Amino acid sequence: MLEIKGLRANIGENEILKGVDLTVRKGEVHAIMGPNGSGKSTLAQVIAGHPAYEITAGSVTYDGQDLLEMEPEERAQAGIFLAFQYPVEIPGVTNAYFLRSAYNAIRKARGEDEVDPLEFLDVMEEKMKLVDMDPAMLNRSVNAGFSGGEKKRNEIVQLAVLNPRLAILDETDSGLDIDALRIVADGVNKLRGPEKSAIVVTHYQRLLNYIVPDYVHVLAGGRFVRSGGKELAVELEEHGYDWIQSHAPETAGAGSRA
Amino acid sequence: MSTAIESLVNREYQYGFVTDVEADTIPRGLNEDIVRAIAAKKNEPEWMVEWRLKAYRRWLTMTEPHWSNVSYPAIDYQDMIYYSAPKSVKPLASLDEVDPELLRTYEKLGISLTEQKMLAGVAVDAIFDSVSVGTTFKEELGKQGIIFCSFGEAIQNHPDLVQKYLGTVVPHSDNFFAALNAAVFSDGSFCYVPKGVKCPMELSTYFRINAADTGQFERTLIIADEGASVSYLEGCTAPKRSGNQLHAAVVELVALDNASIKYSTVQNWYAGDAEGVGGIYNFVTKRGKCVGVNSKISWTQVETGSAITWKYPSVILQGDNSTGEFYSVAVVNNRQQADTGTKMIHIGKNTKSTIISKGISAGRGNNSYRGQVKVMPRATGARNYTQCDSMLIGNECGAHTFPYIEVQNDSAIVEHEASTSKIGEDQIFYCKQRGLNAEHAISIIVSGFCKEVFQNLPMEFAVEAQQLLGISLEGSVG
Repeated sequence: MLEIKGLRANIGENEILKGVDLTVRKGEVHAIMGPNGSGKSTLAQVIAGHPAYEITAGSVTYDGQDLLEMEPEERAQAGIFLAFQYPVEIPGVTNAYFLRSAYNAIRKARGEDEVDPLEFLDVMEEKMKLVDMDPAMLNRSVNAGFSGGEKKRNEIVQLAVLNPRLAILDETDSGLDIDALRIVADGVNKLRGPEKSAIVVTHYQRLLNYIVPDYVHVLAGGRFVRSGGKELAVELEEHGYDWIQSHAPETAGAGSRA
Repeated sequence: MSTAIESLVNREYQYGFVTDVEADTIPRGLNEDIVRAIAAKKNEPEWMVEWRLKAYRRWLTMTEPHWSNVSYPAIDYQDMIYYSAPKSVKPLASLDEVDPELLRTYEKLGISLTEQKMLAGVAVDAIFDSVSVGTTFKEELGKQGIIFCSFGEAIQNHPDLVQKYLGTVVPHSDNFFAALNAAVFSDGSFCYVPKGVKCPMELSTYFRINAADTGQFERTLIIADEGASVSYLEGCTAPKRSGNQLHAAVVELVALDNASIKYSTVQNWYAGDAEGVGGIYNFVTKRGKCVGVNSKISWTQVETGSAITWKYPSVILQGDNSTGEFYSVAVVNNRQQADTGTKMIHIGKNTKSTIISKGISAGRGNNSYRGQVKVMPRATGARNYTQCDSMLIGNECGAHTFPYIEVQNDSAIVEHEASTSKIGEDQIFYCKQRGLNAEHAISIIVSGFCKEVFQNLPMEFAVEAQQLLGISLEGSVG
C-alpha cells in the first residue's frame, strides 16, 4: 500500500530525514517510536504533504502512485488521513460544516454524490459515539477553545467520518489522560480492518498497550535504527532510547521488509 | 506565499468593462458656473442652487483631510469632470424607455431592470455616472405611500421632504468631501417610508461609474417616519482604468420614533491593478441619526474594492433607547488602502451601540480600523460593545486599529475587544489534509472570520458578498 525508499527531507538548511525505508501493507499497523527530535513527526507530515519540507532524495509510492507528486488534498482524497499532533483552530467555522465540506470534497473527488446536512448529521452522530463526544461539539468552531484532550478526540472523530485507508496518528496520545487515551484507542481499534492500515507515531509505549501494532520501528537521527514486532516497544520502555541506539547496529533500511 | 493565497490576491476584476454610450459631459474643472451648470442640467429650483453654492463657497475655505492612514498623490480638483450622463437618458422617463445599451450594462453586472427578469422582492434604482437610469417597482411601493426614486426626481416631486431633511445629518459644511459633494452632487437615491409602514421589499441602488476622468458624487437620503422600517442595499462597480477616479458620496439616514433602517453595502469599485495603478478613491461620508425614541439604525458593509477607502458609517443616537449597529468586513489586497470604521455618538438615555469590524489584509494592502465611541453627559445608561478583528494573509500587508473612546457619563459601559490573526500555511495545510483544495480552504477560513458580519446581510446581498470573497456563506450560517 505504502512504500517509502531512501527518503531524505529537509526543513530549511537542516536535514531531518536521512534515508528512511518503510513498507506498509494492507491491514497492518506500524508503530514509529523514537526520542524527541528524531524525525517522527516530520515523517508523518511528509507523507501527508506538508509544504514546509523539501524532499531531497528517495521515493514514496501509495497504491502504485507517486505520492510526492500529489497535492495534500489529493493524498487525502486518495485515503490518507493525518491526525495532527497540534490540531489547528478555525474560528467561526462549525465542526459540522467543516467536516461535511471535507467529507463531500473527498466524495466528489471519488465521483460520489455529495450528502446534504441532514444525511450528514446521521453519519456524524454514529461516529461521535465512537469517542464519547458531546453532540453539542458539532456546533462549536473547529478546535477553537477546545482543551488539548478535546482536540485529540476531535481528530479521531474526523478520522472516523472520513474513513481513510491509511491513517497516520501523530502523537495522538500526548496530552491525554489515561481515560481519554483509552477512549481514543478504542475508537481507533474499531476502525481497524483488513483493508485499512495505520502508522502510529508515539513517544511512549503506553499507547501501544491499547493500539497493538504489528510492527514497531525506532527512528533516531532521521533513520530507522531498529525494527521488530510489538515486543520491541516493551523492550524500549524498559531500557530507554539510549540503550537501543548503543546496542543496535545502525542498519539503514531496517524498517523495510520483504 | 502559497499558491492559494496568490490566487485569492490576484483574482481578475470582472466588472472592468466600459459601456460605449454617447455622454453629455460638462467641461473639466470646478467653479460657481460649473455648480450652476449641474443644477441647470437637472432643472433644479433656486433653493437647491443656493444650497449648492453655499456648500461650494464653504468648500473653498476647507482643506483636504490628511489624518487618515492612507497615502495618495495630490488630487487636482480642477482636472476632473463633475457631471457626465448618457445622452440617451431622459429625465423621469419610464423603464420602458431606457436605452437598451444601458440595460445590457446592468444585465452584465447581474442587475436586471426589465420587467420580466426583475429580482423579486428587490426594488432597484440604477445610477449610471451622474444620473439615474431607472427605478423598478416604483408603483407597487407607491401604493403603500413609500417614495423610492432618484434624488433628482425627489427634488422635483417631493421638495418639502427634501428641504426638511437634506443636510440635517451631514451638513453641507461637515467635512471637505461632504462639502464638495453638496456642491456638485448629481444623483443618488431618495427614500421615504411613511408612518407605520414596514417596507415590503428590499430597496437597492446600484452605482456604476462608466465615463473616464469623471467623479461620481451621489447623495442618498433615507427617511423612516414613526414606526416605519426599511432595509436598503447598495452595490457599486466601475471600469478598469489606469487613472484614479474620485467617488465622494454622502448618505444621510433619518429614523424617527420607533423606526428602523438597515443599510447594507457591498462595495466593489475597481481597486487598481497589482501595482496599484488606477482604481477608485472612495471618500464617502455616511451617517445616520436616530432622531426618535426606540429607533434603530444598522450599517453592514462589505468593502472589497477601491484603491483607497475612507469611510466611517456612523450613528448619532439622539433618541432615548435608540440603537446603532455597525458590522463591517473590509478586504484589502495588492496595493489597496482602507481607513474605515464608525462613530457612535450617544446622546440619548439608554442608547446602545454595537461595532463588529473584520479587517482582512492581503498582498501589500494596508487596512486600518478607526472608530469613535462618544458618550455625552446626558446619555445615562449608554452601552457600547466593540469588537475589532484583523486577519493577515501573507507577510507584506498591514493591519492597524485606532479606537477613540470618550465617555462623559459615569453610568456608561463601554467594551472594546481586539484581535489579530494570520492565515498560516498550517491552517491551510490542515484543511488540505482533510481533502479541501486551497481555494476552498481559504474561503472557509475567511468565512468563519467574517461570520458575525455576514449573518447581518440580507440574503440577496449575501450571495454577492459570497461571490466577492469567494466565500461559502453556508459556513457562516451553518
